Amino acid sequence: MAEVTISYREAVAAGIAREMRRDPSVVCLGEDIGAAEGVFKTTVGLFKEFGAERVWDTPISEQAIVGAAMGAAMTGMRPVAEIMFSDFLACCWDYLANEIPKVRYMTGGQVTVPLVIRTANGGGLGFGAQHSQAVENWALTVPGLKIAAPSTPADVIGLMASAIRSDDPVVFFEHKGLFASKGPMPPEDHVVELGRAAVVREGTDVTLVALASTVPTALTAAERLAADGISAEVVDLRCLIPMDVTTVMESVGRTSRLVIVEENPYQGGWGGTVASIVVDEGFELLDAPVRRVASANVPLPFADALEDEVIPTADKVVAVVRGVAGY
Amino acid sequence: MSDADDLLAMYRQMAVIRRTEKAAYDLFLAGLVKGTTHLATGHEAVAVGASAALRADDYVFATYRGHHHAIARGAPPEACIAELMQKSTGLCKGKGGSMHLTYAAGGMLGSYAIVGAHLPMAVGAAWSAKQRGTGQVAVAFFGDGATNIGAFHEALNLAAVWRLPVVFVCENNLYMEYTPIGAVTAADHPAADRAPAYRLPADIVDGNDAVLVREAVDKAAQRARAGDGPTVVEAETYRHYGHSRTDPAKYRPADEVELWMKHDPIDVARARLEALGVPADRIRQLDEQVAAEIAAAVDAAKAAPAADVAEAFTDMWADGGAQWRR
Repeated sequence: MAEVTISYREAVAAGIAREMRRDPSVVCLGEDIGAAEGVFKTTVGLFKEFGAERVWDTPISEQAIVGAAMGAAMTGMRPVAEIMFSDFLACCWDYLANEIPKVRYMTGGQVTVPLVIRTANGGGLGFGAQHSQAVENWALTVPGLKIAAPSTPADVIGLMASAIRSDDPVVFFEHKGLFASKGPMPPEDHVVELGRAAVVREGTDVTLVALASTVPTALTAAERLAADGISAEVVDLRCLIPMDVTTVMESVGRTSRLVIVEENPYQGGWGGTVASIVVDEGFELLDAPVRRVASANVPLPFADALEDEVIPTADKVVAVVRGVAGY
Repeated sequence: MSDADDLLAMYRQMAVIRRTEKAAYDLFLAGLVKGTTHLATGHEAVAVGASAALRADDYVFATYRGHHHAIARGAPPEACIAELMQKSTGLCKGKGGSMHLTYAAGGMLGSYAIVGAHLPMAVGAAWSAKQRGTGQVAVAFFGDGATNIGAFHEALNLAAVWRLPVVFVCENNLYMEYTPIGAVTAADHPAADRAPAYRLPADIVDGNDAVLVREAVDKAAQRARAGDGPTVVEAETYRHYGHSRTDPAKYRPADEVELWMKHDPIDVARARLEALGVPADRIRQLDEQVAAEIAAAVDAAKAAPAADVAEAFTDMWADGGAQWRR
């Protein structure tokens, strides 16, 4: 029998639907998510199955969407709010920077906000400077947010389950460039714990730490490096917070070299945090400088050829790893 | 309870707020309260009048000028003062401070210091109440200055479109921090005049008369509970102090200040009590009781231990800790 597969896009709706079936307090809100089933078709079937009482279409009103999700989360609901493109998080940034991550702490634990903010993140589709950014590092700048960014359909479903069940706020980055990708359909009770990285390819010479779209990029690079006799291990970080430092450190312990592959810009990118931890706490493990392959510090250009210049590609990873391997 | 008993209870609460704010002011001058405070002296009738119209399980969201709302929803004055004084017995264990007083046990879900940010939260709490079918109402209290920020408009629109049980109460004290609100707003009544654009009813009330505020909020809450959607209430009031601790409020004309000081919400309530035949002695007795109560609260807060430094790393996540990596 052929293995049952599911696309990353379908996995988003499937993951939400599974949680909506098991918990009536899960409700969705966002622009065009209901009858229209989402501009990326990531909410297909939800409105039909759960109706307008649980899948709410909103105006283009990001502060109202995220602010209302916060108020509902404080009072017994588990809202799943969609911000259509992650670039638009800037329109409601106050809630991600000042309100949601701080309210539990500044009230001395009186208030809890179990919510998920889902958003389509990243480039590679030629949407230009305001619809293509990888902004997972924005969320990383604020203590108090959990951050998931799956790379496979099974992880979308497993991490969605954990994110919705989490009593903490989770920013859930769905990568636009991965929506069409397919993978095995996970079992009905599939849950991936937040903050557990996965070693998705074993190797002995260098560790590639990747996230979301850069996981397939790193895997492609690893395949090509293998032909050169360089054995690369690929760690899919899956979440930025909690950050699975243990898995990264164990891998670097085996390979003694670290290359971080991240789509957000080099300046302020999450790889800087990973690098600083490894250098601080694992300096003796290293036989080569830690390198980062990140997007260039320019806005995302529109033309394909220009966009490729800016974002990480397998070619760039291969070139950097060759340099590190020669140490 | 009779009208007089109801009003006495409201008067008492206003007196508690007035004394607590005075204590905060004095403690600041004595160097025992740091940072800043945005005193609600003069605004008492808005919080107390509104609270009197609400159910115990309704939700309230306030601003950084929010001491009166915490107390009106039952927060113990001692815990409020202790929070200002960075004590372990503080309402938020010393992690919130003056601008973030919160009393979730009384449905007071926070004081927010980013102007306007809590209006969409109140909309969300109302949405939640509607989903759960509890008949609860959410109230957002905000200043006149908040009516020019996007979140105000986004909140009113979404609440109107979804017909949510929310009441938007503007405490219009005529000044957006140091600037007259009229000088920076293209509307005479910054909240009420905007409501019709969202097809919402609006009431303008004397915010220094707790009875009138109670009436307006009661009407709005009944409307909300009946499923008829949100209401805007604009309560006109006045700060007795400046915007914050560092502001002597010299920008306000003397005759304006005098006019409003003569219309003190506590005097208004006292006059109503006298008109209802409550003896002056009874009121004086109550004043003395409250004075003693707040003096004791200040003493207790002073005697309490300082905030526990271990608390810097608690309450971050729902598990109570602050662990961000493994």
